[in-house]
Amino acid sequence: MSVLRYRAISVSGGILLTIAVFALVGPWISPHDYVTTDFDRQLVAPTMAGAQIFGTDDLGRDLFVRAMLGIRVTLLVAIVASLVSLFIGVAYGAVAGFVGGRVDAVMMRFVDTLYALPFIFFVILLMVAFERNFLLIFIAIGAVNWLDMARIVRGQTLSLREREFIDAARLTGVSTRRIIWRHIAPNLIGVVVVYVTLTIPQAILVESFLSFLGLGVQEPQTSLGALVDAGVNQMEGASWTLLIPAGLLALILMCFNFVGDGLRDFFDARHVS
Amino acid sequence: MSLLDVNSLSIRYSGTAVVDELSFSVGRGECVGLVGESGSGKSQTALAILGLLPRQAQLGGSIRFDGTELVAATEEKLNRLRAKRIGIVFQDPMQALNPYLRIGRQLRQILLRHDPARDTDIDARVVGMLDRVGLPDAQRQFRAYPHQLSGGMRQRVMLASALIAEPDLLIADEPTTALDVTVQAQILELLEAIRDNTALLLITHDLGVVAGYCERMLVLEKGRLVDGGATTALFASPGHPHTRLLLDAAPRIDGADIPQPSTGPSILGIEAVGVSYAASGKERLRAVQDVSLSLRSGETVAVVGESGSGKTSLVRAVLGLLPMQSGRAVYAGAPLEGPVERRAKAHRRDLQLVFQDPVSALNPQMRAESLIAESLLVHEPALSSEARLARVVEVLEQVGLGEEYLGRYPHELSGGQAQRVAIARALVLGPKVLICDEAVAALDGSVREQVLALLRNIQKETGLSIIFIAHDLAVVRAISHRVLVMYLGRLVELADNAALFARPRHPYTRALIDAVPIPDPVVPRNKAPLRGEVPSLLHPPGGCVFHPRCEYAIDICATKLPVARDLEGTRVACHRADEVDFSR
Repeated sequence: MSVLRYRAISVSGGILLTIAVFALVGPWISPHDYVTTDFDRQLVAPTMAGAQIFGTDDLGRDLFVRAMLGIRVTLLVAIVASLVSLFIGVAYGAVAGFVGGRVDAVMMRFVDTLYALPFIFFVILLMVAFERNFLLIFIAIGAVNWLDMARIVRGQTLSLREREFIDAARLTGVSTRRIIWRHIAPNLIGVVVVYVTLTIPQAILVESFLSFLGLGVQEPQTSLGALVDAGVNQMEGASWTLLIPAGLLALILMCFNFVGDGLRDFFDARHVS
Repeated sequence: MSLLDVNSLSIRYSGTAVVDELSFSVGRGECVGLVGESGSGKSQTALAILGLLPRQAQLGGSIRFDGTELVAATEEKLNRLRAKRIGIVFQDPMQALNPYLRIGRQLRQILLRHDPARDTDIDARVVGMLDRVGLPDAQRQFRAYPHQLSGGMRQRVMLASALIAEPDLLIADEPTTALDVTVQAQILELLEAIRDNTALLLITHDLGVVAGYCERMLVLEKGRLVDGGATTALFASPGHPHTRLLLDAAPRIDGADIPQPSTGPSILGIEAVGVSYAASGKERLRAVQDVSLSLRSGETVAVVGESGSGKTSLVRAVLGLLPMQSGRAVYAGAPLEGPVERRAKAHRRDLQLVFQDPVSALNPQMRAESLIAESLLVHEPALSSEARLARVVEVLEQVGLGEEYLGRYPHELSGGQAQRVAIARALVLGPKVLICDEAVAALDGSVREQVLALLRNIQKETGLSIIFIAHDLAVVRAISHRVLVMYLGRLVELADNAALFARPRHPYTRALIDAVPIPDPVVPRNKAPLRGEVPSLLHPPGGCVFHPRCEYAIDICATKLPVARDLEGTRVACHRADEVDFSR
């Protein structure tokens, strides 16, 4: 059975792919670039003239190229942050769940403690204390998202550990490492994949939120959140500067959510998870 | 006119028929058995009568209940019929009862729905009904939640809820399959005693139940009705080869063909083993106490007992999956100690386990080939991949599956095929002792026969020793050389197969044997032999643990624990074993 038989996955996935391709090649085929300002063409509405289909911003920069660049940054931040949370969360949760006992208790209390930290203050402090850069955003988002992943993976591992095929493997003498690698991990994939597709939109939202507060990427670099922030200031009179990045952001979030739901159906149908 | 008339009923799912052109009728007050293997459409038929099929099912034909057409009837109309005129008892009462409502309230709701006028004496009626289904202290249990009751008691409540509105038809879908044999006998007897004039459609895979309780039977095969008629006539001369097949596959506890005792040297010794779990507070739940057994080479020993008797805990402790609190296990002269991870490689290779449920015992993400090959990777890492594949194919063929199964995932196998793969995995290393924990309990009759024959053949060829945990004494009779009977974690009786069934030395063994329904309507049915249920392991009765349920109990039984002793080759723990003859 193919994943593509699920319409939610194929349609949303197709849209995401198209957006990603545009984000990659768009700036390259466009005659404009993202830094050059043109004070003769400030706040031009979307037009075919000069291939400025998204118009320009208040500094006369081409909004299409900037939007595509914003998507790149947004997707990159989201995916890297999700991968960070994936690796930390799966490793941490699987170990806690499989070893169990006191180790499990200590590891999970640590997670509970981290949950108690006010995340936004934590990120703002990081941003203030260190020089703002991409890497820091990845780490900040990933460092918070892995908590959920660790909890989910631990719960799943706990129930897998009680399954009889684990006993069967123990009886024949399969090593603990191989049990985790061959018997636990493959059975976690369903849950983990679904969860990752659902954390990506979370990470996107967090990044947008930080950028909107002015704590995200710095000019002349941009992200969808930063573009929305700039658009809000021009809302009256140049509504496209807000609507276009906001619409793209919403579309991307929606597609990721649909892919996540579709994947969940797919894995449920195969009785995995 | 019959009460229920089903006419060329068909049920399809996206074009595939699961029930095809099915016609039968049930008269008022009649008891009809609907039998067939899994996937024959029995339950689908029941759901169709109740109008409970999922939306995507395509229904054809007609179902007339007392003159009313049920196919394509409105939900409202069906709701009025259900419970008031058609009652239902499902296999698993825990699933069918609402865990958040006290049982009295659940029963009240049924009455209120159908008799809103009579709400004055409604509680009294509910208590009266609970009393009739044999719930002890019904007045108090009225306020109990489903999880506070045992499985047997829950099924009694289920029965009460199905019968409280005095329906004309009761549909019972495998009502006793999840219960112990002794409790099964109680429930079936109760069902017969209290249904008054209610017609009963009894769906079951157990021909023994049909033979004992049904006047007529219907045989389904792959959604088609292949045979039907009076139970006695059909058992005497089946009209269809499939009926013959089902009858032949039903093991009989009074069967004549039993294995001869084996005389090989002892290979696995279980010496005074005790297993306990930490329960709430400082209490410990003693699952197994002081059980000894010496397994001979080439021998099959069956371990039987009701649920909670400690069968599974015993073997898991021997295998090192559970800690053993006292006693020890000895394999080929060397002690088996500690958890399985710390045991000698040779021991782990020689002792193998087959689980009850192949679906949970096989990793859903691995193909049959890697499932079976995994232990070879551990124990014979030097083997080339071709040699390994050859070994896997060889063992697959041994269990009756061809090379084409190598690439299958567990969900692509039927229950019987999956259990064969699980057996192949256990056999690939050439173990000396195979422990089967209810390994055939989940299988259909004909498949069960094949798996039992397979085990017998392998034993004959390789001299394998088998510990066979089972609750079905008819199966035990057919496969084992010796039988170990356990009750509340203790050894009750250990005897040769022939001796145990011919002359049980313990009243509990007697009761277990009597509880097994015999698939023959001519043989008179035994009355439910045991009253009550297995007590809690946390607070076992003093003296002989069996005495509260024992009809032979005398004063000493309540005060002094009987010591297991040898009596003409049988090991038995009963004060009265030598003065009372339990064989009747």
